[in-house]
Amino acid sequence: METLLTILNEPAVTAVLLALLPLAFILVYALVVLYGEMKMAAHIQNRLAYMENGWHGTLQPFADMLKLLQKEDIIPAAADKFLFILAPYLVFVGTYASFAVLPFSSGYIGSNIDLGIFYLVAVSSLVVVGLLMSGWASNNKWSLFGALRSAAQIVSYEIPGVLAILGVVMVYGTMNMQTMTQMQEGGIQNWLILGGDLPLGQKLALIPFVFVLFVIYLISSMAEVNRTPFDLPEAESELVQGYNTEYSGMKFAIFYLAEYANLFLVSAVVVVMFFGGWSSPFGSFMNGPVWGGFWFVAKGMFFVFFNIWLRWTLPRLRVDQLMYVSWKVLTPFALVCIVAIGFIMVV
Amino acid sequence: MTETTETIKTSTGRVLRTEEMVVNMGPQHPSTHGVLRLEVVLDGEIVVDVIPHMGYLHRCFEKHCEHMTSYQQVVPYVDRMDYVASMTNEMAYAVAAEKLLKIEVPERVHYIRIIMSELQRIASHLIAIGTFGIDMGAFTPFLYYFRDRERILELFEMTCGARLLYNYIWIGGLSHDLPPGFIEKTREFITDFKKTLKEVNDLLNYNEIFIKRTANVGVLPKDLAINYACSGPMLRGSGVSWDLRRDDPYTLYDRFEWDVIVGKGEMGTVGDVWDRNMVRQREMWESLRIIEQALASLPEGDVQKAIPKRIRPVPGDAYGRVEGPRGELGFYIVAEDSVTPYRIKARAPAFVNLSVINEISKGAMLADLVAIIGSIDIVLGEVDR
Repeated sequence: METLLTILNEPAVTAVLLALLPLAFILVYALVVLYGEMKMAAHIQNRLAYMENGWHGTLQPFADMLKLLQKEDIIPAAADKFLFILAPYLVFVGTYASFAVLPFSSGYIGSNIDLGIFYLVAVSSLVVVGLLMSGWASNNKWSLFGALRSAAQIVSYEIPGVLAILGVVMVYGTMNMQTMTQMQEGGIQNWLILGGDLPLGQKLALIPFVFVLFVIYLISSMAEVNRTPFDLPEAESELVQGYNTEYSGMKFAIFYLAEYANLFLVSAVVVVMFFGGWSSPFGSFMNGPVWGGFWFVAKGMFFVFFNIWLRWTLPRLRVDQLMYVSWKVLTPFALVCIVAIGFIMVV
Repeated sequence: MTETTETIKTSTGRVLRTEEMVVNMGPQHPSTHGVLRLEVVLDGEIVVDVIPHMGYLHRCFEKHCEHMTSYQQVVPYVDRMDYVASMTNEMAYAVAAEKLLKIEVPERVHYIRIIMSELQRIASHLIAIGTFGIDMGAFTPFLYYFRDRERILELFEMTCGARLLYNYIWIGGLSHDLPPGFIEKTREFITDFKKTLKEVNDLLNYNEIFIKRTANVGVLPKDLAINYACSGPMLRGSGVSWDLRRDDPYTLYDRFEWDVIVGKGEMGTVGDVWDRNMVRQREMWESLRIIEQALASLPEGDVQKAIPKRIRPVPGDAYGRVEGPRGELGFYIVAEDSVTPYRIKARAPAFVNLSVINEISKGAMLADLVAIIGSIDIVLGEVDR
């Protein structure tokens, strides 16, 4: 970041440019993952998907985006106009603001604050307000159902998710995401999923609990981004399209963009917490600010892929089962892990 | 509707009221399998009442039949009733008409009809289970099944040129004999299809989430199923061993070895959604057994020998019924001294099975209601006719 600051002398311009970097990333990433998801789904399902535009349909995401830009923007007559328009942007803002604390590489982090992951959890909750708003403002019963479901779901799953984060924070002793990553530097053996950079005895004791926390966070992150098997808020076979039933055109596209950005966000948190963030798996080999960016995005994309893979394989849970998993399975296990980790770290 | 479902008293004695919500599920809804409209009364996510509204696809089938110029002209029209199992419809009409006219058809015709209707049963069950998977949120098994259904449609296309509405089974015979290469292709299909059946069992039917979603949901008890005159997998899923192919053998089904599949409540209660779905899945194996036997002993003969040129039956009536993929499909034909039927009444299994929905979905959740509709396997073309 310091190197960038010396190139640009005007602080205001620099700040804006730096803030726009994640946005540029989200836009490019959304196109890639839009294409990737369609292709992956197709290959899982024995189909071909896009084949016409460009080589193997690579230009199709651009066409899709242009189409959504051109579409008529319908606002239902009975809708609460102000909230209806505000909702998608609020959802996107919640996600985008969280990107500020993601350490993309050792040379770039939007805002290197000490409360990094705490800020991320807090700001990304703004999404719930947006979803609830969209469901209410649409004045459609199905949308309302979807919105209420998503509020219940996201709030419930934030608890095991945050408990998992808490356990991890206890190991690191910091909430700063950049520091977390730096503590895992030096090769794959220092990643938290393999016990972190700790003495061997402690490391071995830590591994099973960290692994459980990893699974808990992964599951609750899937629920937070409303992906199958937790896609109840937009379960199309039950609720038509859930909270975004009435949305069209660019507003719909923004919901979509926010969903994909959120998907990367939770994957990135998994990467920072358990898989060494931007640090190279080979120690100092292929390490550095630029390589760091590469590793970070590559690891993040792996978990994005994992999510997509599950989405096209599993059926959907029911509302009560969803709550059961959160409150009676994930939360107690997370609590046990926290106690155990606390014990290990003290001893 | 503003009835109170529960009354909670606060400490000061005031009564808190919760209101029920009425939502319209359909006619444009992704999982009503067509243009069914359900008026659903919901208490939160719990279903209090379901009122099905039908008739969006009504095409006056029965009245039309009275205004044809001959009995044969009804055949392409019955195709359009249950459009995912047209062969079975033709079969039922042919059985009824042949009963009325007292026509004996050659053995080869019987065999080909059996092969065709079992293939059709598989094709129909593939759609039923596939779309049921979609209702549960699993999209992939649907496409696996569609890939194999495509091969059945190719076999039909080879035989009669049509892929959906065949006009193949005529009164007294068939429109075409089997084309060369049909038997080999069918055998190939059977071999490949068995692999898919096993694969989808792993992917969908024995999936933990799927079982959680379907076991103990929408339980249809034995006596209720009988009282509502349910038939087909709906009835067999409730543990009643009743299959017209065995209990009222209408062509030469008594010559083949196969079993009637009934629900046993392996994952929950007898007659739950999982059972109904599994009856369909297992019936496909039995259909394959029948097809294999029929192909092995297919007799020679002329398939068009018994087709009457002009039909003018003796006044009277006849009821012919077959076991369709959805249940008992019957045609009641009343003839007067004319070349057109005086009255045709169709007993559509989907319509009868649908009538039970209100009974079995009370107290279920909204997501369960979708599962129940999927497990009834309705085709609105047949419900409304």
